[in-house]
Amino acid sequence: MKTQKQPAEGLVLRAEKLGRGVSTKVLVADATFEVRRGEMLAIVGPSGSGKSSLLRLLNRLDEPTGGTVYLDGVDYRQIAPRELRRRVGMVTQRAFLFMGTVAENLRFGPRQRGETLSDSGIEELLAGVGLAGYGSRDVANLSGGEAQRVSFARALANSPEVLLLDEPTSALDEESKREVETVILEIGREQGIPGVLVTHDVAQAARLAQRALILEAGRIIRSGAIAEVLRA
Amino acid sequence: MLKALFHGQLQLGLAQATAAALAALAVVLVARSRGIRLEKELTVAMARGLVQIVAVGSILLLLLRGPSWTSVFLLAAMIVAAGATSARRAKGMPQAFQVSTWAIACGAGSVIAVMTLLGVIDTPITVLVPVGSMLIANAMNTNGLALNRFRADVLAHVGEIETALALGADGNSSVAPYVQGSCEASLIPAIDSLRSLGIVWIPGLMAGMLLSGARPVYAAIYQFVVLAMIFAASGLTSLVSTLLIRTRVMSPAEQLILRPGQ
Repeated sequence: MKTQKQPAEGLVLRAEKLGRGVSTKVLVADATFEVRRGEMLAIVGPSGSGKSSLLRLLNRLDEPTGGTVYLDGVDYRQIAPRELRRRVGMVTQRAFLFMGTVAENLRFGPRQRGETLSDSGIEELLAGVGLAGYGSRDVANLSGGEAQRVSFARALANSPEVLLLDEPTSALDEESKREVETVILEIGREQGIPGVLVTHDVAQAARLAQRALILEAGRIIRSGAIAEVLRA
Repeated sequence: MLKALFHGQLQLGLAQATAAALAALAVVLVARSRGIRLEKELTVAMARGLVQIVAVGSILLLLLRGPSWTSVFLLAAMIVAAGATSARRAKGMPQAFQVSTWAIACGAGSVIAVMTLLGVIDTPITVLVPVGSMLIANAMNTNGLALNRFRADVLAHVGEIETALALGADGNSSVAPYVQGSCEASLIPAIDSLRSLGIVWIPGLMAGMLLSGARPVYAAIYQFVVLAMIFAASGLTSLVSTLLIRTRVMSPAEQLILRPGQ
């Protein structure tokens, strides 16, 4: 039987006392927070503070050693990992596109559950990230910014309920960074998909997120509305 | 030259072993001058190999006089030892010994059993053990290559594998490209041996058969038979090994366990 907590209005994801330790090292400890529909939550902190480790726990790429996550009120350990990762999409610092065309990359996720993404579906996703007409291009010929926008479209092809963004612009030049930030804002504004953004860039957090939590040595030391948290 | 200096068979053998070891050591020195350090691994491997083969030779001398069924135990022991040896090529990979031993048992063991039943390998212990050991040794090499390549490929592509997992792929299909690559790479030596047979090299078995008076055409055909069996044993070992190990690098929740620094 699935452990289900009636989610509060608009609540999509809730991490409860989430933690992970490896040997004697604590990577994340007692992280409790919520992500609501239509909002972007920024996780900010210095290098090595456990931001990415925390993010990887949210789609269960790593196993928590304490606590759990509720997705739409259901304990995520009761959701099959493949289904969970379809529902909780992820975009990483590097795009890691698969060899082949842009369209083949977008079809990857749906194909895992036996679905075929139509040409019009691909075009729509690409238009959403400002890359209309790129479907037949070989990924080897894309710029860093274009590749990252394809990775956004690829994650969106799975129709996720939440998007996890792990420093998605940190490997990009200024112009590409602005393009990707525009994509992030439009995904939130037009599709209403909530997100969790890991960044060490406080200014970027202020531009993209409504709420933030500050992580230090794996622990949340502050959380709340973005302006309050960053001002403190 | 050595034959003129050493008249006893044992002394001649030791002198020949010394000459061959010196050639290997010369390679180590050349490699060291280029910054490639092989001395520790090669010295230990050579010393071990010499002690083992002399010890096994002495034991075989006793065992080869025994009944045929004892060869089953000898070959089983060889498979376990081969599993332990090639598992060392898979440092950090979970259950590498079990995977290696099962793979070699399935690959070499099944080919030995089928070929013995068909009469391709004779049952006397003096034939079954040496031919079987050839298949096991080659299966061991193939297994070591497959695991080593798989480990290196997985560690080099953690990002790609986790991207596939994050997009909803299952563990097996996330590592599938590296399973295929390591299987193919591990079989290169066996395929090249078959391809170059008689042109680049005349194997020891054929030379031995010729020296002991077998007809050259039969010796040649039997050598092909042995190499085909080696390919079959190696191929099966590699397939089993890579299929088994791919499930070991993923947790039940389809998380990649094998990661850099672990």
